[in-house]
Parts: sequence; C-alpha cells; structure tokens
Amino acid sequence: MDWIDILLKVVYCVLVVVVTMTIAGYSVMAERKIASWIQGRIGPNRARIPGIADIPVLGTALVKLGIFQLPADGLKFLFKEEPVPAHVKKVYYTIAPCLALVPALVVLVVLPFGVYYIDGQAHPLVLADLDIGILFILAISSLGVYGVVLGAWAGNNKYSFFGGVRSSAQMISYELALGMSILPVFMWANGPTGGLGDLTLFNVVTSQTALWNVIWMPIPAFVYLTALFAETNRLPFDMPETETELVGGFHTEYGGFKFGLYFTGEYAHMVIGSAVFTILFFGGWQFLPTFGFLPEWVANPWASWGWIGSVVSVIFFIVKLYALMVFFIWIRWTLPRFRYDQVMTIGWKYLLPMALACIVFYAIVIGAWDTFMNVQDTPAIINQSAP
Amino acid sequence: MSKVVERKPLTFLEKTYLPQIVGGLKITLQNAFRPKVTLQYPEERPPIPEGYRGVPTLVRDPNGREKCVSCQLCEFVCPPKAIRITPGEIPEESESVHVEKGPEDFEINMLRCIYCGMCQEVCPEEAIFLQDIYSVVGTTREEFVYHKQKLYELGGTLPDEHYKWDKKKAATERAAAGGHH
Ligand code: SF4
Ligand code: SF4
Repeated sequence: MDWIDILLKVVYCVLVVVVTMTIAGYSVMAERKIASWIQGRIGPNRARIPGIADIPVLGTALVKLGIFQLPADGLKFLFKEEPVPAHVKKVYYTIAPCLALVPALVVLVVLPFGVYYIDGQAHPLVLADLDIGILFILAISSLGVYGVVLGAWAGNNKYSFFGGVRSSAQMISYELALGMSILPVFMWANGPTGGLGDLTLFNVVTSQTALWNVIWMPIPAFVYLTALFAETNRLPFDMPETETELVGGFHTEYGGFKFGLYFTGEYAHMVIGSAVFTILFFGGWQFLPTFGFLPEWVANPWASWGWIGSVVSVIFFIVKLYALMVFFIWIRWTLPRFRYDQVMTIGWKYLLPMALACIVFYAIVIGAWDTFMNVQDTPAIINQSAP
Repeated sequence: MSKVVERKPLTFLEKTYLPQIVGGLKITLQNAFRPKVTLQYPEERPPIPEGYRGVPTLVRDPNGREKCVSCQLCEFVCPPKAIRITPGEIPEESESVHVEKGPEDFEINMLRCIYCGMCQEVCPEEAIFLQDIYSVVGTTREEFVYHKQKLYELGGTLPDEHYKWDKKKAATERAAAGGHH
C-alpha cells in the first residue's frame, strides 16, 4: 500500500468521525428542542455567532432554532473548571470517559453509509468492508459498557456504583436479545436472495432491495429497537443514570469536559445504533423497496448519477438515521422509566424468548423459501460469479 | 355509600404496553404543536397580580412628605430581622417638625427579607409597602442592603386617605389660636 492510500484513508477517517460527531452534537440540540416543544416551551433560541446570525432572515431563523447553541455548549465544557474529587481513583477516573466514547467511534469503521458504482457493480462507501461486519459491531459497541462501569467504580461513591452495577446487568441482559434478534436478518441476507455468504452490512442492505426487513420482520425489528434503547441507556431504560434516585448515576462525580465526553459518547452510541438499525431493517440508503414488482431503479434511483448519486445515497441514509434519532428522542419525552425489576423482566422473560421464537420461525420460513424457490436465478449469485 | 370500582384484569394488548406507548406518543406529538407557554423573560414580563408581595419599599404621601415616623415597629416585627432603622429628629426649620421623628437611615437587607409583609401590616403610618418589584440583583452583599434613599425611589408616592399629621398640625394651630377643642 503506498502512502497516498494511507493518507486517503486517514482523510476519510477524519471526515467520517467529524461528520458523525457533528450529527451526534446536533442530536443533542434536537433533543433539547424537541423536549421543549413537547413540554410547551421554546427551547434554546439565544446563542448567536455575530457574523452569521446577522444575515437577515436566515440568521435569525438559525438563532431561533438554536443552531449556535452547540458551539456555545462545547466551549463552555472546554473552559469549565474540572474538579477532580479527592476520593476518586484518578487513573480510571480519567480513562473511563474516553472508554465510553472510543467504541462508538471504532464501530464507524465497518459501517457502510452509502453506495458507489463501478461499471454497474455496487460497492459500499465504507472505511473497511470487513467480512464479519456485524460481529465486529456487536463486539465493539458492547465495550461501551466498560466506560460506564469503570467510571462508576472510579467515582468511588455509592450512587455511581449503583449506576454502574445496574448498567452492567442491564447491558448484559439486553445484549443477548440484541444479538439474537438480528439473526433472521442475516439468515435472509445469506439465504434465498443469494447473498455473498458473509456478515457484511452491505450484503444486508442489498438483500433488502425487494422488501425492507422491517416490513416482514416487525418482531425482530421491535426486539432490536427495544434492546437498542437499553444498550444506549436511553429512557425508558436509563437505569445507569436515574437522576431521581441516583443523583447522576455513573457520572455523578464527573464534571467539565469529562462529563462532556460521556455525554457525546451517549449520543454517538445513539447515532451508531440508529445507523445499524437503519441498515439492518430500513434498507440502508435505498430509496424505496421494490416490493417485487416495481422496477429495479426504485431502490437506487441514483445508481447512474456517478459521484452525485453516491452523495445523495449518503444524504438519504443520514435522513433515515435522523428520523430514527427523532423517534428515540420522542420516546424519551413520552415514556416514564421502567422500574429495575421490570427492566430485567422485559429483557429476560419477554424479549429473549421472543427473539428465539423469531429465529425458529424465520429459519423455517427462509428454509422453505430456499427449498421451493429456484435459487440459481437470483441476481446476486449471478453477480458474484460474473467477475 | 361506597362505590366499588371494578378492576378488570388487563387484556393481552394492554399487557404488551404497546397501545399505551402509541397513545403516549400521540399525546406528546399533539403537545409539540400546541402554542408555547414560554415567556421570553427579559423582554416580556409576567403580569403582576394585585396584592403581590414584592420588595418592601417606603412611600411618600401625595404632598411629598415622608410618612415613616421611625417608630421601629417594623424593625421589631420583622421575623428575619431584615430591617435596621436609625431614628432621627426632624430639624426645627422643617415644615413637618410637628411629626418630631423620622428615620435618619432606613436599611432593609434584601438577602434577609422573606417578603412576608409583616412590616406593611404592622406599620401605623402606612409608610412601608410591598409593591410589585420582584427582580433584585446585585454582585455584592452590600448592594443588597437598600438604604433610605433607594427605598423611597422604589416606593414612590401612594394615595393617602388620612393626612393624619396635617390634621394634627391644623388642630394644634387652631388650639394655639385659641380655638375651642
Ligand atoms: S417583608 Fe417581612 S421580612 Fe421583609 S422587611 Fe418586611 S417584615 Fe421583614
Ligand atoms: S415604616 Fe412604619 S412601622 Fe416602620 S418605623 Fe416607619 S412608621 Fe414605624
């Protein structure tokens, strides 16, 4: 590999991280705005950056929307005094917030976020097209809990500790349901549609050209979404924080920029989670499912547009992702928190059996499909053997 | 007569909790499009209702005479001891010399005041009123101790029904002129 390749990769990485962090940042803004709308308030509408805010109509609109609140908040976090309580374990206390954020960013590596075409062959826009994509994502993103647990432990305070213990229990419980609920998706991706026989997410998206998985796999989608809420510590599963009982939960002892890291980490996890959900169940960057009878171009109308098409596909992906984020936020300001035992009951007694039942059910359905339909005619197999 | 409320067992759908979630989402969505109740504070001010107990202030009567006679009742009644009065004589040449006493200084510590309104209630001269000022700001503790001048500035003039001291003055003058009391 020559150095220009390496340089390009670095540039891509930086780009992807910057875009993701911006999305994460602005979902904080979205959270605040939507929260206030739901509560009959207006929300942040005063922060202004002189030059831009003075543009007649646009500037005022942006200020009203609170667009400039984000840099203001970021600066505030940067310049805030960072108190380190005397009783914390300093080393772990410092490492923990980074540990919470890093897994989310690492997962980005295997996340396809768009598509480009070379000679009519679709390729994913992705940093590294790993064969084991989804396994990598599951493995790495569950490391995020270590940030929480370590931070809780380092806080050396019983409230943080409770938060940490709860969060580890919750994460482990829901990890199972999360992993199981996506098995049908991969059975399908590697089965009748004639996938490439691997776990890449690109493969999953291609397998949804005819029908998005959410339409015919609503229960796995529901289980996955619920587990995702739990994994990202979002209400109604925000056990680790539970402001009402545990002060701030695992980050009770944190302030300043370290708290900011936790905060962005949470939202970065949400962004990644929504992205994965979009890919697994909502057809990724595809425009509309073809339902088996619509012409092929409906799925990727931008296939022939060259690089503009790729950009549009990325934008469409981000739109879907944002819709899901808004749903996350909307749920948060609607539902009260579950009690701890309810969280455990839901996880072990309902979601897990449901996911298992789905595996069996869809295995039978897909197996039957495989047996009775003529697999050889499916396009992906032909594509695979073509080059 | 007591009424027994029948509690039906939850149906299957209710147990899944999903219809409830959807209902909740609908409600929050509707709320999101309701008119907002936010008051843009520094630009918009809330209406102050009648009888509001704001900052205690000293008032003058319509003739511009200060009403407080420095009796110190408010100082004694004030539960958190927010008031401190330095009584003073009224100088001979003043036209309200017949009142004999007035406050030389009148301090109210706004950090101590609990806006209970006791001072207003106890004042025999109707000289101290809790009016509609609610925003008390300052950067040092000293700034929160309001002195006499500031209290009169805030208080302004309120209508007076009695003109008690004017009547007394008139009566004294009449008596001095040999009038029959
Ligand atoms: S309002 Fe109450 S606390 Fe305030 S000065 Fe008057 S008596 Fe004291
Ligand atoms: S304000 Fe009223 S109660 Fe207080 S010293 Fe003056 S006259 Fe007396």
